[in-house]
Amino acid sequence: MGKFIYAFLVGGGICVIGQILMDVFKLTPAHTMCTLVVTGAILGGFNLYEPLIKFAGAGATVPISSFGNSLFQGAWHEVQRDGIIGAITGIFEITSAGISSAIIFGFLAALLFKPKG
Amino acid sequence: MPSQKKKKLTTAQQQYQKLAKAKEPKRPFLLNMIRAFIAGGIICTIGQAIQWLFITYGKFSEENAGNPTVAVLIMISVLLTGFGIFDHLAQWSGAGTAVPITGFANSMASAAIEHRSEGFVLGVGAKMFKLAGSVIVYGVFSAFVIVLIKILIKALGGI
Repeated sequence: MGKFIYAFLVGGGICVIGQILMDVFKLTPAHTMCTLVVTGAILGGFNLYEPLIKFAGAGATVPISSFGNSLFQGAWHEVQRDGIIGAITGIFEITSAGISSAIIFGFLAALLFKPKG
Repeated sequence: MPSQKKKKLTTAQQQYQKLAKAKEPKRPFLLNMIRAFIAGGIICTIGQAIQWLFITYGKFSEENAGNPTVAVLIMISVLLTGFGIFDHLAQWSGAGTAVPITGFANSMASAAIEHRSEGFVLGVGAKMFKLAGSVIVYGVFSAFVIVLIKILIKALGGI
């Protein structure tokens, strides 16, 4: 049960950071998302994102910053296994679920739904 | 850049800009932040519940349950986008729905639906990554650079 509370607090906190980037620094949503993804990758590089996931579960894996961390982790694991070429081959190792499901369901949505207004 | 721009304007234009800035509606910072916190928190709590279901009833461990959870959340937000519900939620919550993976899914699904009239190859296929593309590009490139830096540090015998 504690995990749910931490997920709420950490996930909400990351969204507040996003809202501050949008309101105070006047970034567009696309810039905000890019900033958070790059931040996630950097935190992953310093081994700081994994402890956050351990602590908050979905509170850390659902926000987009986790995407950057997963890109880094996938590449880094393959580097340790296969050497430097892993930096190219491993990048989408973990994020495949997110990207492919977004493509597949997005395409299905384009088949099923008509644009409004 | 803004100060450079200002020099080229006449005094009347500068006065107008000052007036326009004063009349601009103030952004309700605090309210937006509270809304983003609540909406983002709820989405992550739903994610945690889905993750719990995958761990309890599926063959997933704490480490790899994140992936199917993200896939389910993407499916839900694509459906909400298609039915036009997501827009209303996003308007209320601001970054609360944009920052979680739901915002990524929404940007792809809405672009795909919106550009359907331009055809399936040039519209849906080409425009789907209009917003999500930048996230992927910067994510991949920064991850690549960080991996290279880490390799370099390791090769030099540090950390």
